[in-house]
Amino acid sequence: MYVYDAIDQQMLDERVQQYRGQTERFLRGELSETEFLPLRLQNGLYIQRLAPMLRVCIPYGMLSSAQLRKLAYLSRHYDKGFAHISTRQNIQYNWPRLEQVPDILAELARVQMHAIQTSGNCIRNVTTDQYAGVAEDELEDPRPWCEIVRQWATFHPEFAYLPRKFKIAICGSASDRAATQLHDIGLELVRDANGETAFRVLVGGGLGRTPVIATPIHECLPQQHLLTYLEAILRIYNQYGRRDNKYKARIKILVRAMGAEKFREKVDAEWDVLKDGAATLTEDAIARAKAAFTRPAYDSLDPLAASTALRQQSSADPGFANWLQRNVQPHQVAGYSIVNLSLKATGIAPGDVSAEQMEVIADMADNWSMGEIRTTHQQNLVLGDVRQSDLLSLWKKAVEHNLATPNIGYLTDIVCCPGGDYCALANAVSIPIAEALQRRFDDLDYVYDLGRIDLNISGCMNACSHHHIGHIGILGVDKKGREYYQVSLGGNADKDASLGKILGPAFEPDEIPDVIAKILETFIELRQADEPFIATYRRVGMSPFKERVYATIA
Amino acid sequence: MPQLLKEGSIVADSWRLQSQLEDAAPVPDGKLILPLGAWESRRDQLLNRPDTGVWLDSDEEPSRIADDLEHLDLLAINFPVFSDGRGYSYARLLRERYAYHGELRAIGDVLVDQLFFLKRCGFDAFALRDDQDIEAAKAAFGAFSESYQAATDQAVPLFRRR
Ligand code: SF4
Repeated sequence: MYVYDAIDQQMLDERVQQYRGQTERFLRGELSETEFLPLRLQNGLYIQRLAPMLRVCIPYGMLSSAQLRKLAYLSRHYDKGFAHISTRQNIQYNWPRLEQVPDILAELARVQMHAIQTSGNCIRNVTTDQYAGVAEDELEDPRPWCEIVRQWATFHPEFAYLPRKFKIAICGSASDRAATQLHDIGLELVRDANGETAFRVLVGGGLGRTPVIATPIHECLPQQHLLTYLEAILRIYNQYGRRDNKYKARIKILVRAMGAEKFREKVDAEWDVLKDGAATLTEDAIARAKAAFTRPAYDSLDPLAASTALRQQSSADPGFANWLQRNVQPHQVAGYSIVNLSLKATGIAPGDVSAEQMEVIADMADNWSMGEIRTTHQQNLVLGDVRQSDLLSLWKKAVEHNLATPNIGYLTDIVCCPGGDYCALANAVSIPIAEALQRRFDDLDYVYDLGRIDLNISGCMNACSHHHIGHIGILGVDKKGREYYQVSLGGNADKDASLGKILGPAFEPDEIPDVIAKILETFIELRQADEPFIATYRRVGMSPFKERVYATIA
Repeated sequence: MPQLLKEGSIVADSWRLQSQLEDAAPVPDGKLILPLGAWESRRDQLLNRPDTGVWLDSDEEPSRIADDLEHLDLLAINFPVFSDGRGYSYARLLRERYAYHGELRAIGDVLVDQLFFLKRCGFDAFALRDDQDIEAAKAAFGAFSESYQAATDQAVPLFRRR
């Protein structure tokens, strides 16, 4: 992991001081609500329905065990003993008090954490693959690049008051687990003709009110030019992005209005001047970032012995065998595995994690996974470097603490925003819908038969749960003051990204489990062999689903 | 009246900001900061006028004035609201692209909490909104002792200095 040096730490401490002063001035009435707003947002603080919400940054999803313990401590002291993993790999507290936030930030700073730029119209936390550095299908570890971008974006003086928020994601593997095509800028690590690292740059993706899949604007950007190129894009956006209407202010609208070709020309003209300037990355700078993410000292393990042992343990315990099959992923290094800890147990709000669980997970990471934890876009946690010989002990511990629900990637691994229970912007609740679905589909065998299904529930058009890219998406809408839910099908987040299409008129909350059941029945009937849901949908289209659902409702 | 902050202290402002100037109206005497539109429409008449400055609104790109910089003693960029961040890019372009070395003044909704970034982008004069606290403003320039990125005030990014 990247470890702060004295300079990083000093800037962070100065930020805490700065925000403490701003909060005091606000509380004394010297700063108006409007003037304080962007300052608190750029320090992660929202004012929500019931209380403020503090979004703490987890840079590209990487956490140390010490940091996780601190998060647990903060949740006990300043919240109600739990925290919530967001779909952008950050962590949220729902009950901090505004006047205590500077103290929370000071606590966080002691473990090199913060809430900088986790909200507001600025460059947000850079996100990436939760399996970065350990994924089998990886071309290059994206994390050094994330760190380079993080430093560049942090307190960028020119881009603190953009037309709207700005999100960057980086992916370095064959499978796109970072949804790069749905970001303001998506960066895909590629190799140029000489085998050197380069970036495929996509721009103007995003969800929300107007979901758009990003357009490529550079097929092969040499690595040293990363920051000057980003600076050129941001400078064009900062000058020409719309500021008169917040719903039209994202870069996707600008790219669309200008046309991708024209936008690219503008960026290129700007880049022509910036290129090879001081922000051009040096070999030293790249090496420094990479040094923070060198491969840990893996033991050389006998893969055969490990798999034989696993097979024996599995046959002795079907529960373990099943978990192994569902929640454990292959690792780059023989004898190691990637473990997903599910935060999707029925009855618990998706992505919620208690202080006690956080402490247990920190211990698990210390004992079995090099002291590191990752957060995922699907609101789960990952232990990335587990010896296969430790899997059984780890599983037992996970079961004890309700962290071993064997549903990673399946229907009940629902991605769900806080919705109307917490969020001031919500049209409708989302957590109770997730729970109703988890209860309805509690037959694991049935769930496994369905194969991989992404089901995402957002409480409003802001689409924090990315319902447009769920294979099945559910969106809370307001119909004359009542909560309704619109269902969409066919979204997908991977390299062959697609946006879901609306099934038809919205449903009442009670109808949702039946509607989803009808959709799944239709899928099972039309499915060929082991076809995944998304493939069947793409083959047969919307009509059979639509006919079935509305025939039965009427 | 806004308070003019330069080089860390409040100074008397010898310039007059002309918010608009009708096409037919005579140009007043003295040090004047004119709207870009007035400069563009009366450029010939103003080119040799001493003590002339121009202010850009947030939708007026600096390229429009780039060729005339040598004739101007002062440039100002207006922030209609502090959250309209176009002026930050304009300032960097004026300094770094168009090599403008004269006074670059932030005007309009200029508040304490934006000063640090404004300075980094090349502003060297700040017409602080009149309700702003001067001591807080002076302190704001020292909010951070280091910065990651290159900008107008620091040509070399931190990664080249570590
Ligand atoms: S999608 Fe809407 S309801 Fe859900 S968290 Fe985002 S803003 Fe709130």
